[in-house]
Amino acid sequence: MSYVPLADQEQELHHPHSWVSKYIWSQDHKVIAIQYGGTAIFVGVVALVLSLLMRMQLGFPGAFDLIDPSSYYQAVTMHGMIMVIYLLTALFLGGFGNYLIPLMCGARDMVFPFLNMLSYWIYLLSVLILMASFFVPGGPTGAGWTLYPPQASMAGTPGSDWGIVLMLVSLTVFIVAFTMGGLNYVTTVLQARCRGLTMMRLPLTVWGIFIATILGLFAFPALLVSAIMMTFDTLLGTSFFMPAIIESGSPLDYNGGSPILFQHLFWFFGHPEVYIVALPAFGLVSDVLSTHARKNIFGYRMMVWAIIAIGGLSFIVWAHHMYVSGMNPYFGFFFATTTLIIAVPTALKVYNWVLTLWEGDIRMNVPMYFAIGFIFTFIHGGLTGLFLGNVVIDMPLSDTYFVVAHFHMVMGVSPVLVLFAAIYHWYPKMSGRMYHEGLAKAHFWCTFLGTYAIYLPMHYLGFLGVPRRYYALGSTDFIPASAQDLNATITIAALFVGAAQLLFFINIFWSLKYGKEAGPNPWGSASLEWQTPDTPPAHGNWGDELPVVYRWPYDYSVPGAHEDFIPQNTPESEEPTVDEQHFDPDHDPSMADL
Amino acid sequence: MTLSVVIFLLVIGSVIFHFASPWWFTDIAADWGPIDFTINVTFWVTGFVFIAINLFLAYCIYKFRQKEGHKAVYEPENTKLEVILAAVTTVGVVLMLAPGLFVWATIVTVPDDATEFEVMGQQWQWAYRYPGADGVLGIAETALVTESNPYGINEEDPNGQDDIIVMGPEMHLPVGRPVKALLRSNDTLHNYTVPQFRVKMDLVPGLISYIWFEPTETGRYDILCEELCGIGHFVMRGAVVIDTQDDFDSWLAAQPTFAETQALAAPSVAAGQAQFALCATCHGAQGEGNQALNGPKLAGQQAWYIERQLKYFKTGVRGGEGDSGGQAMAPMARTLANDDAIRNMAAYIATLPDNAAQTTVSGDIENGEDIYSRNCAACHLEDGSGTWYTDAPTLAGMSDWYFVTQVNNFKSGIRGLHADDYYGEQMVGMAAAMSGLEEIEDVATYINSLR
Amino acid sequence: MSLFKRITEKPWETKGVIGGLNPEGSFDAAPEKVALVIFLVVASVIFSMLTVSYYVRMELPDWTPLSDPAQLWLNTGLLVVSSILFQWARNLVSNGQGKYLMAALVGAGVFAVLFIAGQLVAWNSLQSAGYFVASNPANSFFYLLTGLHALHLLGGLWVWSKSLIRLLSLGEPQDVRLSIALCTLYWHFLLIVWLVMFAILSNT
Repeated sequence: MSYVPLADQEQELHHPHSWVSKYIWSQDHKVIAIQYGGTAIFVGVVALVLSLLMRMQLGFPGAFDLIDPSSYYQAVTMHGMIMVIYLLTALFLGGFGNYLIPLMCGARDMVFPFLNMLSYWIYLLSVLILMASFFVPGGPTGAGWTLYPPQASMAGTPGSDWGIVLMLVSLTVFIVAFTMGGLNYVTTVLQARCRGLTMMRLPLTVWGIFIATILGLFAFPALLVSAIMMTFDTLLGTSFFMPAIIESGSPLDYNGGSPILFQHLFWFFGHPEVYIVALPAFGLVSDVLSTHARKNIFGYRMMVWAIIAIGGLSFIVWAHHMYVSGMNPYFGFFFATTTLIIAVPTALKVYNWVLTLWEGDIRMNVPMYFAIGFIFTFIHGGLTGLFLGNVVIDMPLSDTYFVVAHFHMVMGVSPVLVLFAAIYHWYPKMSGRMYHEGLAKAHFWCTFLGTYAIYLPMHYLGFLGVPRRYYALGSTDFIPASAQDLNATITIAALFVGAAQLLFFINIFWSLKYGKEAGPNPWGSASLEWQTPDTPPAHGNWGDELPVVYRWPYDYSVPGAHEDFIPQNTPESEEPTVDEQHFDPDHDPSMADL
Repeated sequence: MTLSVVIFLLVIGSVIFHFASPWWFTDIAADWGPIDFTINVTFWVTGFVFIAINLFLAYCIYKFRQKEGHKAVYEPENTKLEVILAAVTTVGVVLMLAPGLFVWATIVTVPDDATEFEVMGQQWQWAYRYPGADGVLGIAETALVTESNPYGINEEDPNGQDDIIVMGPEMHLPVGRPVKALLRSNDTLHNYTVPQFRVKMDLVPGLISYIWFEPTETGRYDILCEELCGIGHFVMRGAVVIDTQDDFDSWLAAQPTFAETQALAAPSVAAGQAQFALCATCHGAQGEGNQALNGPKLAGQQAWYIERQLKYFKTGVRGGEGDSGGQAMAPMARTLANDDAIRNMAAYIATLPDNAAQTTVSGDIENGEDIYSRNCAACHLEDGSGTWYTDAPTLAGMSDWYFVTQVNNFKSGIRGLHADDYYGEQMVGMAAAMSGLEEIEDVATYINSLR
Repeated sequence: MSLFKRITEKPWETKGVIGGLNPEGSFDAAPEKVALVIFLVVASVIFSMLTVSYYVRMELPDWTPLSDPAQLWLNTGLLVVSSILFQWARNLVSNGQGKYLMAALVGAGVFAVLFIAGQLVAWNSLQSAGYFVASNPANSFFYLLTGLHALHLLGGLWVWSKSLIRLLSLGEPQDVRLSIALCTLYWHFLLIVWLVMFAILSNT
């Protein structure tokens, strides 16, 4: 079979004729991206409200009576699951992956537009199934987002009849949607890049999303398998995970199953999941930093290798979530070692972000605020990970608020700051208009400082030993009354941060209509998505002719160039190349003081 | 510029917060100083990195802010610098990991002279078992658990006969001796945590996990469940008392062996009946209850619950300040000379005809059902019958006015806060499901419909 | 260019169009085929996870091995024939021969359907012998593995039926060339998965 390069084919684009086929049943990756993003942000807001309800209970127990013990555990579970899967995974991959991959690859669309559309609608179905669990008898499951058996399907857990089944079904449907989308993203990156765009000329955003998608494709099957087996246990009475147990005084008809087997499967998915969220964030933030610092990303190759290394290592660290689970304790040696090894490539990424700013010409635009905020929170969250990854330190700290503070810092606040950075950064391309600068800065300060006020003190509750997943602390001998004051402070900060998100929504909608015209490339960005003939890009992205790429996406402040950036599709004849300047970083005098 | 200053201030602020914070690890009470040492090493390494990188970050933002005529330096990479940074990072990681692995080796190696004891978790209680004179724990399994053998000990196994059973939240251990905790669960995952001991481990149904430690300070410490185990997770509390060896030995000698718990003589219904005459004054001749005299219905209540409450009244665990009904019960309960008399009484009450009490409250039954089925049914069961397994008394068909009073007492701290009223304290936590008198009556109305 | 060389190149040093006149594709294959191969890797992960779980669960004391019904040998034969017929169809279409194409294609699908029917017969005989899904973990795994495998095959049959309809309506072998090639690959994959599973099930 002779191979016809994909991007050269006059791809048969599905050209929409009516409003419905243009915006509802759309096969345009940009519309699908916005559908994905909008849905994800909507459920994200639901999860945010749930977290505020929990904080009101923790900060001021008995004062509001908004949630009782049962709904508290349901809120814990739904908040976690929605944020991790239905918001972050969907928004980074379904949202930004969809929008940016074809544009950054110089393609007209994803390689399978119909499958892409199907992916969104199936994702929406999974969200609807999940939301339906709020309205069924017993409500959503309260098993914690880890859904550990046997608890998840026992009467002592909220939502153990309907809620857990809907959760498992929803996850299964989500995985189907993700696989459809994921095959699309990976194949598009591999096969649909425009002329001259080698893998090493891809922006780090594409690398991050690409590797994260591969992680997802390999990791989600573990969740799928455990969800199916757990559904069997719950509905058909099999004993994959269910041992002989007693429920409310009478023995249940299970025997011999292994709850720890579930935990292994769950975390074999669950740990890569952290990087499914983190790697796209790493990629996006790299591009934002480089563009606004007017400087190439420092150590591009190291950044790519680090993404690949982190992705690979993330499959052999899962049991660090299980140090105190009752598994064979000798596993601790192996998993502590692999976990701490991951710190090296991750640290290199942090160094390179900071070194990208070094000797840059930093434009303090709003995306830059968020990106730098990310570096700060990510350093903090990454360092606390060294506590938890080291098995002996995990012993006193696991299942305390230290863990909650750690993963919110590293997997909540940090990726969310990147999401905001990315939304503000690409908003002019997506909408053709600029956001409101003042509102956006106010949004940054409230979010950045507010979240730090929430999570820094929370670590100290964990040092003290305050357990997580407690509806109320009750009376203990070791928790001083001041811990409750701290909880109240944290709650006030959380409410403040929650309310501040209104600034974001107001800005996004207000600017759609009243924002200044942005022009095609307001940041002077070199990467391909800013070089489209239309802003926002039209269906098919590139007009009559596909772009041709002549250079990497980080040609900022090239010595001797006319401007401080050279777009990727500028032929070498039009701009001097670095080689002509005899550039040699090892003999660069500016490096002497490092 | 502003951001540079803010990041600088955040670094300084974080350091100040750290040193000013009154919230820090509890004073260690087990021989796990090396864990604290590893924490300190990690703390200094990560603290240094946190300060160094962020100050450098703040400096970059300030120094390289946009200036007229300034241009960024084109610098794709610097392999030498990256290699140095990677090497330095690796050294830091090894510095933290190495002590960690060494300490872990001691954690997984249980010393030969460690004495064993067993912790059993179930929704939402703790129980403990110590080997008897033979020093060996008998075989026990979940499938054998019954009300009379709540530990599920295999009666055929001679090693189990002298095992010492502690059915209750409080356990004791001797100071200065290594001990190995064997951990078992009857239902879901639980977790045995004593913050001052630094170690914790999950209890997993179907297998026996373990952890060892050597208590170094006498005192009383909280045991917490730190693995989400259902709705009662946050009220699953226990306590460990670290005694001198002598105190421990005498405490242990006072606990019953398995054989003793199985050999209890059957209670005498006739003896109970004779003593019931006094009770009948307020609780009615058939134990049917009498609201005018503040006597709740007794007939139909589970025997173990009657026994426990009589002991509580007798010892003053119930009937404290503000609890006039409980205060009235104290002298009555004291007329029961010993545990046998209490068991006789409960046995007699179990023979009384169980006719549903009159309903006296009315409220929003739907709201009551919603609250009850989501929060109460996990222990008191869907039909309100309660069960020994979760230490939940029968509610359906009992005096509704008494239910309202008691839940109110739990909410207002009149009942359940006595140091020895462990189960009452659980209700203090759970009673938060009802926001006030109105909702308590809603729930009572729903319970009335369950009879 | 080797993969290692590719990801160690310094992209800022080379300017201009690398790779000549054609757009970049990492593999010399149709995107559908690339996507299918990736999907096969995903499916392999699913079945490997189940296999690992199977072996972990098997070590626990309540496991009673299940004696597999003899029907499975017949079914294996059916699936092998189905796979062979697909290969034949694929060879025909790539040689441009349309003569027996329809017969080969229909035959391949029919044998796959027969395989699924045969699996149902096997389920039925197990059920009537009292081996239900919840009776023992070995049974649970048997039903789960065979069921998941059959589901994958059903997905393949959906693509097969689409190609068949297209062949019937257009009649041009070239139009179904890619989908037949992909189906063949998929069928071989499912045959291998089945053989591995069958070997595991009948040896434990």
